Amino acid sequence: MFRRSEQDKRPQVQIFVDGVAVAARQGDTVSAALLASGQDARRFTAVSGAPRLPYCMMGVCFDCLVTIDGVGNRQGCLVPVAEGMQIEIQKGKREIGR
Amino acid sequence: MTVAPKREDYDVVVIGAGPAGLAAAATSAEAGLTSLLLDENIGPGGQVFRAISSTPVTERSQLGADYWVGADLVQSLRASNAEVIHRATVWSLDRNLDIAVSIGGASAFVKAKRVILATGALERPFPVPGWTLPGVMTAGAAQTMLKSSGLVPDGRTVIAGQGPLLWLLAAQILRLGGRIDRILDTTERGNYFAALPHAFAFLTSPYFTKGLSMMREVKAKVHVVSGVTELAAIGDGQLANVSYVAGGKRETISADLLLLHQGVVPNVNLAMSADVEHRWDDVQLCWSPVLDANGNSSVAGIAIAGDGAGIGGANAAGVRGRIAARAAVEALAPAAAAKLPAMATLRADLAKAERGRVFLDTLFRPSPQFRIPSGDTIVCRCEEVTAKDVLDSVAIGATGPNQLKAYRRTGMGPCQGRLCGLTVTELMAQARGKTPQEIGYYRLRAPVKPITLAELAAVPKSEADIKAVVRG
Repeated sequence: MFRRSEQDKRPQVQIFVDGVAVAARQGDTVSAALLASGQDARRFTAVSGAPRLPYCMMGVCFDCLVTIDGVGNRQGCLVPVAEGMQIEIQKGKREIGR
Repeated sequence: MTVAPKREDYDVVVIGAGPAGLAAAATSAEAGLTSLLLDENIGPGGQVFRAISSTPVTERSQLGADYWVGADLVQSLRASNAEVIHRATVWSLDRNLDIAVSIGGASAFVKAKRVILATGALERPFPVPGWTLPGVMTAGAAQTMLKSSGLVPDGRTVIAGQGPLLWLLAAQILRLGGRIDRILDTTERGNYFAALPHAFAFLTSPYFTKGLSMMREVKAKVHVVSGVTELAAIGDGQLANVSYVAGGKRETISADLLLLHQGVVPNVNLAMSADVEHRWDDVQLCWSPVLDANGNSSVAGIAIAGDGAGIGGANAAGVRGRIAARAAVEALAPAAAAKLPAMATLRADLAKAERGRVFLDTLFRPSPQFRIPSGDTIVCRCEEVTAKDVLDSVAIGATGPNQLKAYRRTGMGPCQGRLCGLTVTELMAQARGKTPQEIGYYRLRAPVKPITLAELAAVPKSEADIKAVVRG
């Protein structure tokens, strides 16, 4: 869906998406890194299980909800990537304690 | 890195670091007031100047001169003594000007003598069939990715809607070598006539020549279809096709990405939760706060600047920020106001920045069918409530958006009505034969952004707090 511009010279940051290594760039948000990765990053909604991807990328729609380093329902579009960050795509409702 | 506010009390707390917030915080700090700027994003700029300090798009002409103006605003802020905290989500503001803010998973509490809300705008909902499908995003979302990460669409891409941002985004995507297959212009033909009486102000405003050259640049490279009257995103779990009607003829094209845009509206959640009075704006078709000429709201001590005060664009936002901050300085430290630009000068700047706005509002007024959906089209994305669900609830007695919460949970999901509120108001108003003003809006309350229970539980408690809830 998206590709990176050649003029982007930012250093790489490695994150893990459901355990798979993904090359992001310093300054990417989690959502931008997921959309740039080419991987299937669709979450499933808590209400009906419908697949979704980020919609607004500015912190208002909550369609980018993702589990980051064990904490569920984070807005991926507001969190910058960090080396070694563990991302889990949410499939339906969150479990208690996460 | 977690940085809590350095003080518990400030003269001025500004919320939001877009053009209005940057200008307001720099102005009040320059006058010597203790000033704190809280912003939810990673860096300064808000949406219009997003990633102004970090964008990987270094070829300046690609983002355009109007973008790089933001760098000057950031520079003035940094030259001032204002304290700035990013990744700080304000989740509560009340009539006592007590502010709760979540920073790095912990909440801090500060009190202000004056609060300037600069929470800006968000994109108007565009509830067409299939708008929740993966592959459908806002134009603003694509622009955010372009500015902050240098990402451009590379699959089959359709942009649909209307308004200046749509053309700016298209130009930026093309300049960065991205792909756009088709632009579907939904501007109603009748709007051109309606806007005509306001054309003179627009023709003599800076928007005119810039807008025209940008449209020319885009139209030279992309197939633009005008007069689009119906639009739908189609796919099974992923966008596959975009279907539209133009000139009475239906066409369906395959697409990987559909970018929607029909203007922006004030982001009202924090202001409404603080009890700031809002009125329905019949021209801009949204809720706008009731403000005096200095941006002061109905709640003493709370002013609103920028697009959150009614859509005026980035230039107007910066000036409104300076006006609100100057008014705060006049109230708290009148002697210091002398070193700031005179209010009369600022008001003249504002009039200039707002020139041509009525023309744009009238020309790009979104059509009823793209604001008020029907049938199975989703209205509330979070709780997955359709237009038919809303109308069924009206039929059995739901009177307005707030009552509808009890029937259908609309507006009770994580986005707290940001993506459905206007649609629900207009849909219910139409169904009940009332005006949006009569129908009203959701009653909004803190926390205006979700925080974890653990974060709430970790808030420092006094002996009295504990006594109030512990038995025995």
